[in-house]
Amino acid sequence: MIILNARSTDNAQLNESVRAAKGDCEIVGCIGERFIGAGLSDKTINIKGIPGNALGAYLNGAKIRVDGNAQDAVGDTMNEGEIIVNGNAGDAAGYAMRGGKIYIKGNAGYRAGIHMKEYRGKSPVIIIGGRCGSFLGEYQAGGLIVVLGLHKDGKRIVGNFPCAGMHGGKVLIRGNAEDIIFPDKVSAKRATEEDMSAAKGYIKEFCSVFSIDENEVLSSPFTIVTPDSANPYKRMYVEN
Amino acid sequence: MLLKEGQVRIPSGCAVSAVISRDGNLMSGERIVASMKPMHERSNGLGGGFAGYGIYPDMAEFYAFHMFFDDKESKKICETYLKDGFEIVKAEPLPVRKIPAITDEPIIFRYFLSPLRSRIADAQVDEREFVARAVIHINVKIDGAYVVSAGKNMGVFKAVGFPEDVGEFYRLDEYSAYSWTAHGRYPTNTPGWWGGAHPFGLLDYTVVHNGEISSYDANRRYIEAYGYKCTLQTDTEVFTYIADYLLRRRGLTLEETANVIAAPFWSTIERKPPEERERLTYLRNVFSGLLVTGPFSIILGFEGGLMALNDRLKLRSMVVAEKDDRVFIASEEAAIRVLEPDAVNVRAPEGGEPVIVRVKEGRY
Amino acid sequence: MQADYIYPHFEVERNERRCNACGLCVRECSYEVHYRSEDGKFILSDDAKCVNCQRCVATCPSHAIKIVKSNCDFRENANWSSDSIKEIMKQAGSGGVLLSSMGNPQPYPVYWDKLLINASQVTNPPIDPLREPMETRVFLGKKPSEIKRNQHGQLICDLPPRLVLELPVLFSAMSYGSISYNAHAALAAAATELGTCYNTGEGGLHENFYRYGANTIVQVASGRFGVHKDYLEAGAAIEIKMGQGAKPGIGGHLPGSKIVGDVSRTRMIPEGSDAISPAPHHDIYSIEDLRQLVFSLKEATEYKKPVIVKIAAVHNIAAIASGIARSGADVIAIDGFRGGTGAAPTRIRDNVGIPVELALAAVDTRLRAEGIRNDVSLVVGGSIRNSTDVVKAIALGADACYIATAALIAMGCHMCRNCQSGKCNWGIATQKPELVKRLDPEEGCRRLVNLLTAWKHEIMEIMGGMGINSIEALRGNRLMLRGIGLTEKELSILGVSHAGE
Repeated sequence: MIILNARSTDNAQLNESVRAAKGDCEIVGCIGERFIGAGLSDKTINIKGIPGNALGAYLNGAKIRVDGNAQDAVGDTMNEGEIIVNGNAGDAAGYAMRGGKIYIKGNAGYRAGIHMKEYRGKSPVIIIGGRCGSFLGEYQAGGLIVVLGLHKDGKRIVGNFPCAGMHGGKVLIRGNAEDIIFPDKVSAKRATEEDMSAAKGYIKEFCSVFSIDENEVLSSPFTIVTPDSANPYKRMYVEN
Repeated sequence: MLLKEGQVRIPSGCAVSAVISRDGNLMSGERIVASMKPMHERSNGLGGGFAGYGIYPDMAEFYAFHMFFDDKESKKICETYLKDGFEIVKAEPLPVRKIPAITDEPIIFRYFLSPLRSRIADAQVDEREFVARAVIHINVKIDGAYVVSAGKNMGVFKAVGFPEDVGEFYRLDEYSAYSWTAHGRYPTNTPGWWGGAHPFGLLDYTVVHNGEISSYDANRRYIEAYGYKCTLQTDTEVFTYIADYLLRRRGLTLEETANVIAAPFWSTIERKPPEERERLTYLRNVFSGLLVTGPFSIILGFEGGLMALNDRLKLRSMVVAEKDDRVFIASEEAAIRVLEPDAVNVRAPEGGEPVIVRVKEGRY
Repeated sequence: MQADYIYPHFEVERNERRCNACGLCVRECSYEVHYRSEDGKFILSDDAKCVNCQRCVATCPSHAIKIVKSNCDFRENANWSSDSIKEIMKQAGSGGVLLSSMGNPQPYPVYWDKLLINASQVTNPPIDPLREPMETRVFLGKKPSEIKRNQHGQLICDLPPRLVLELPVLFSAMSYGSISYNAHAALAAAATELGTCYNTGEGGLHENFYRYGANTIVQVASGRFGVHKDYLEAGAAIEIKMGQGAKPGIGGHLPGSKIVGDVSRTRMIPEGSDAISPAPHHDIYSIEDLRQLVFSLKEATEYKKPVIVKIAAVHNIAAIASGIARSGADVIAIDGFRGGTGAAPTRIRDNVGIPVELALAAVDTRLRAEGIRNDVSLVVGGSIRNSTDVVKAIALGADACYIATAALIAMGCHMCRNCQSGKCNWGIATQKPELVKRLDPEEGCRRLVNLLTAWKHEIMEIMGGMGINSIEALRGNRLMLRGIGLTEKELSILGVSHAGE
């Protein structure tokens, strides 16, 4: 494991050393350096400290593990790979991601999983251990978002307006989500065994990564949200 | 009412002439004035001027400001402004000889100035930038006041009239310089304002120029983005600012400056050896807005030397010759022959090929 | 309901003496206007379906068909135009948002047509471009802010990444999906031959076109369709699309019906799924966030590609551009309100945004006033129709122009403005294989090359007339322009004098 000290480097220098490193690396003293691992496809990066925005943007197969919290736009437009955040993540985590996994032990901010897509063999997954802000899965077009709500601090597991414009993929929310208002064009219902089967493997992996008792997590019922149509705006227009 | 130079852009044709001693020998102004006579046809009596370097050896440590004032009021305002930033070592009327050919002169004054250290420190700039800003301030902000030149141990002498008369008016026979440049102007209308005559100067940079450039507004708008203000709308002014910007502020060499102003064609650059190609491509790219197109021949004077340059198509004439320590440059060979009948190595530089002459170190 | 009946816009006039009922028009018309009579003897037409794309007119072997504008119209007046009445009827009938194609058709001033170009007379010479060198090469990108030298005093010539164009015109963004494979093939090949660039739009990049990478601008839009590492690395530059002149502030929406086959593959979304481009980039809610996206793209491509930020010309354009110039962008592309589109809400297209001429002048002036003009290049688009529009744009301060509608017309578009239907009879704005094959990519490429070669000659001729022999000496050279019939205010925004001054 190559140790890289983030102190006294700028974003570009740090990323250059990460790219140049032959093999896995650990970044210590991270304090806001952006774009770590952008577009990377090889190696594993461990991060000590607070990585800056757009951590793992366009990630293409590399693995990133953050020891504490992460900021905004984690895994922006990510294609493949894995980002594990052993804390909270900021807004727009997994924006437009097309593949790979983002596991957030704590809470996620607004717009988690916004415009997530899937394509061919790729189907992205975000699991949030805590709660998340409003606009969860806005425009979601594919993939899976799981919100576990293991530590809600007395707040709702999901903020307002989740799944607005959703037209693909699914969202699983632990519990019965009775206090959440979903838009017209999606259906929210209790997840069946079949609904859970595809997600279980990821949830178990999430639990093992963060040493959480998986039986306790899976013992609760889940709510599944899916879109009614892949074409929600079909009848909105008239040709002029 | 006729618009003053600066309120309207006045294209001009011209004659230029220059002589410099590489050994730093001082030459009377009389000869340079005479050199303009055979090129009389290239001027039309609406502007003539000279720049001399090494003319104030006793006051060489001070900035010599040659100034025009429309009236006493503007002079007073300007002097108040000067006192705020400079110690005025000496202030006096510039000596002139009244002759019938030169009329309507403004108040012509000469100041020897020393910038105040505390003011320079306040402005957080170096001394030359401080002086340059003062010059631009006076020319832009103080109505009726105009800085003709502002370098050390040098000065510009210009007026509305034929160059030979201007020389007589300013008693140039009484000055000696190691380098002289001269200009006779052929403007296309009659502004009747002395500030519009050439050379144009900023600090020790002076420019005389022949031609009308087609890139004017592209160059003007580029250079004005860096704190300059082209109040006269003349090519000469914009050339001077470009030279000041590239040489003083960006630290380019004279050759590099020539490669920017008269950049070779891409097809020419592509035929150069790799290193030279890279250098020329870089300069043309970085300073693309300072490429000057259209006809020009300029002579840039500065402390310790001068540079002559033609546009890259060589649309204007320029002849260079030598004799002993002296180098001559003029629009026509005839002017050179007046300066030195036995001049040798007479040649016409290529378009875009700078002719750079420097006085030996320690001789100026 | 009869109140909804709108008499056809166009009527098909068939010259019966010339028509031999060969039926080619029936086969050619994707709108199914033409049909054979039951007895098979005659060809009839359903005028209501006609969009006046001129396909039947151009292909009829006996030149028997013409399309005329119908003269049956409502009782119009200056306030209640026929279109205003029809639009109300359509909305009353459907409850739908009006959707249109191509650029703003309203009679707003076209400032290009109110600017006149200078020429040299006497005081300096014009140049003959056929025999003397005349340079149209343009570099797009940032200029370094300081001169660096090595220990020997030699210049360190490390220029930031840039695009090199042989002429100051590029093809602007049109996605594969909004236009056909063959149209993209023609644009890519033409850009390569001309030494300029085409732009993928937000539809991703077809695998067959990766070989044109050196002449490709890859776009990253809010939907991030088709954006991945290889795509970013494939192009010569990356364009972040923040807005489009035809629909500023509006997202995009390619219906699932068009996400078929290759279009689904290049966008990297499943077939049949709507491709929704959000109005904003959801990682950009503020100017500092733009900086983040710019640098994340640079980081992902190791600072080897210039990044273009494309914005629609809106009211506060100068301040916005100034912010973008400080955000690490290498090029700002400004799209004016007459720019085309495959589909936009009519009301937005016709009422939002400002003319690109004013936007360009304001931006160029502001960037110079702030001393940051050399930190970015400016590319303008939004209905550049000919070579003089290009010359005027450059004299106002642009580095280069984007064209799209003109390129479509060169490829065969007849401006019927029904792109949203997907039935383009000319094989351009369609994904139907039988229609796509009507556009021969080689022929399309040849016509694009012809068009821009002709423009380049005209640009050189005009520059020569001004005595300018390099395009950079024209850039921002506003003295070469005079306004005609413009108000003081318009002149002051454009920074030009009036003709005669």
